[in-house]
Amino acid sequence: MADLRSEFIGIKSPNPFWLASAPPTDKEYNVRRAFEAGWGGVVWKTLGSEGPPVVNVSGPRYGVIHGADRRVLGINNIELITDRPLEVNLQEIKSVKRDYKDRALIVSLMVPCDEESWKAILKRVEETEADGVELNFGCPHGMAERGMGSAVGQVPEYIEMVTRWVKQHSRMPCIVKLTPNITDIRKPAEAAKRGGADAVSLINTINSITSVNLDEFCPEPMIDGKGTHGGYCGPAVKPIALNMVAEIARSAETAGIPISGIGGVTTWRDAAEFMALGAGNVQVCTAAMTYGFKVVQEMISGLSDYMDQKGFASTAEIVGRAVPKVTDWQYLNLNYVTKAEINQDDCIKCGRCYAACEDTSHQAIAVDEDRVYSVKDDECVACNLCVDVCPVDCITMRKLPMGEVDPRTGRPVSPYANWTTHPNNPMAAPAAE
Amino acid sequence: MTTSQLTPGVVPGRLSPEQYCENFADVAPPLNAHEARVAADRCYFCHDAPCVTACPTSIDIPLFIRQIATGTPDAAAKTILSQNILGGMCARVCPTENLCEGSCVRETAEGKPVEIGLLQRFATDTLMEKGAHPFARAAETGKRVAVVGAGPAGLSAAHRLARKGHSVTLYDARAKQGGLNEYGIASYKAPGRFAQAEVDWLMQIGGITVVQNWALGRAGDGTLEDLLAEYDAVFLGMGLAGVNALRLPGEELATPATEFIAELRQSADLATLPIGRKVVVIGGGMTAVDAAVQSKLLGAETSTIVYRRSQAEMPASAHEQEHAATSGVRIMTYAAPVAIHKVADGLEVEFARTEMTSAGLRKLDDTFRLKADQVFTAIGQALGPLPEGVKTAGGKIAVDGAGRTSVAKVWAGGDCAVGGDDLTVTAVAEGRDAAEDIHQYLMGA
Repeated sequence: MADLRSEFIGIKSPNPFWLASAPPTDKEYNVRRAFEAGWGGVVWKTLGSEGPPVVNVSGPRYGVIHGADRRVLGINNIELITDRPLEVNLQEIKSVKRDYKDRALIVSLMVPCDEESWKAILKRVEETEADGVELNFGCPHGMAERGMGSAVGQVPEYIEMVTRWVKQHSRMPCIVKLTPNITDIRKPAEAAKRGGADAVSLINTINSITSVNLDEFCPEPMIDGKGTHGGYCGPAVKPIALNMVAEIARSAETAGIPISGIGGVTTWRDAAEFMALGAGNVQVCTAAMTYGFKVVQEMISGLSDYMDQKGFASTAEIVGRAVPKVTDWQYLNLNYVTKAEINQDDCIKCGRCYAACEDTSHQAIAVDEDRVYSVKDDECVACNLCVDVCPVDCITMRKLPMGEVDPRTGRPVSPYANWTTHPNNPMAAPAAE
Repeated sequence: MTTSQLTPGVVPGRLSPEQYCENFADVAPPLNAHEARVAADRCYFCHDAPCVTACPTSIDIPLFIRQIATGTPDAAAKTILSQNILGGMCARVCPTENLCEGSCVRETAEGKPVEIGLLQRFATDTLMEKGAHPFARAAETGKRVAVVGAGPAGLSAAHRLARKGHSVTLYDARAKQGGLNEYGIASYKAPGRFAQAEVDWLMQIGGITVVQNWALGRAGDGTLEDLLAEYDAVFLGMGLAGVNALRLPGEELATPATEFIAELRQSADLATLPIGRKVVVIGGGMTAVDAAVQSKLLGAETSTIVYRRSQAEMPASAHEQEHAATSGVRIMTYAAPVAIHKVADGLEVEFARTEMTSAGLRKLDDTFRLKADQVFTAIGQALGPLPEGVKTAGGKIAVDGAGRTSVAKVWAGGDCAVGGDDLTVTAVAEGRDAAEDIHQYLMGA
């Protein structure tokens, strides 16, 4: 069993798996059970200002995208921040933290964009002895209409301003949660850094309509004949989240800022991928909402086995390990050549590689009368689509060694060269003298 | 005195009413909507799918499964029925393990094919339960076609011809249409009077006039000449009306299995159907299995299939053989019947053991006798009498690829014609293709 202990901006937890601020962390009952199930930390569902709590719809608040066999690939929600009284939440946070000192307990906050509001709530949160706060600048629905959530997260100046207030009026570590509903994720991250944030967490949910009811002609989830956009999450958003995490991790302006990775983490492998791209830990919601708190057990055992295999002494050894490998397209080696190879022993002859290649790619797969599929090396551009659509994973990419002639181009594989110096590039830098 | 499985002789009512119901219930219960969706999700939507190639009617299986998966089972049914108008029955009786499912790539991958037969049934049942008929008849062409035999080939041809706008007269020697679907296949494969429901559904196309109890060449009915005088074209799909004879001493003591099955299929109350305590079935095909299994289900104490060659050579599929074995039927191999004897307490079938030699199968001197109360023969069926001038090949009506016989304006298909296996699905394909050729001919193409 590897050592999964995690320390994130000084906050310790027995493992790097936190539950994200969301419905699963809305109350003491859930959070206690989550901790009993093994979660390393919890970000308590977003609290709002003192006063009458927000009101949620009483119709459906989630929409869904299913894969085969009704696997949940993505969920969107139109739920607002906690609709329970502030005082109740604060008492429960205090109670839970008192009993689970070894777990991370962060409180998510969203109050109006004025200094007094933030000052007031921070004072209340400090009294709970929670480990830190997360600023919810991400929710894209409902609260954004009231000038909060992603309405703040989409304006870097606001992010910086509020973060500064938080750091000024609180001794607590501060994580700024970013919205992906923005063109360049580095800008809000830079603003958070300027404001003094200890970390950023991302991604919050993506603005979305999951489906349309074709009888009522109305978006789902449908509330009395009307629908609205909601925040999308789950495995489907993972690729978007991974890229945004990597963008922040490799940008000179934001490099080094701790990142809590969020977005479709479902298995230990997803978590390890986020961490390899620079996340110090991960936050999970949809996997728990789909399968229950028990999923963390697989994450713990899987990450542990992986670390043992790799000989990693701590989770910190994974963090950022893939960041140097993330580059711009222009620096990719244009002289690197691979060819698809089909393992005929494992091939089940479904022909999906053929259909994909023949109809939509480079006509580089041949089929004979016995349904034996083979790659035409002189046509194969190594696009990988056949690998992607093969249901039994029997296609691999063979790297051509230096000097071997690529039958497609007739040219031998030569040393590294990228677009910046390519003769076809009108902007190419002149070759060094 | 009540009868039981141990009552000697051939008697009815060996079982309780509940046992009859249970024994003759659906052998492969249908998928519910959830099961269908899960099963449909397993299809890979293969390129040039092997299952389509393996289907004698070339149903676009990946397409209909995708239509089920996307919540449009009626569209799936239309995909099926446009190729195979008896897709409902074929979903129940096709030896899918040898056809579509046997060639499914998931059979290769996991030894567990996509459940194509059950999915096909789900789609066709969904549509047919609504009573909807997805095809409309074209405008009347004024052409008239006689279809002889209302089995799978004849029904398929009649529907396709009617759909094209021709007027069809469908003749059959029996009272009901359906042929082997109605009189031949095992009861538990299509319970609930499905065969008749399917015929009724098929007839919704319109333009088909049915003539019952009419056999080609039978005195008082009509001859091929009569038909040719009255109609623009004739399709022969009368199946195999005769049964092969054992040619053994005592063969009159045996009953053709086809007769037993037909009687069973038409029985309104299975408890009234007499069955032997000990049943012996001679043969090794689907009919042998159907007779032996149904004997057991009717309450026979023992039911034994005796086949002269190896079990691997039995024409019944491995799936059928397994069904027989799990139904409690004993399968004996390498034994050929030599005589049937009447003894004091019933019958005895005498068999000679056989062996395979380089010169073929050889009977040995070693013989044994099996006690029996009832003996069924299932050693194949044969063409009944044919009109003069219709040429045969290998005991069947000779046809070309489009089903044309040696007689002008006469087509043939199904079990009575050369080509393909004697399967419902093959008959449907042949009837359909002959109808297309007849249409071309009639329209002067």
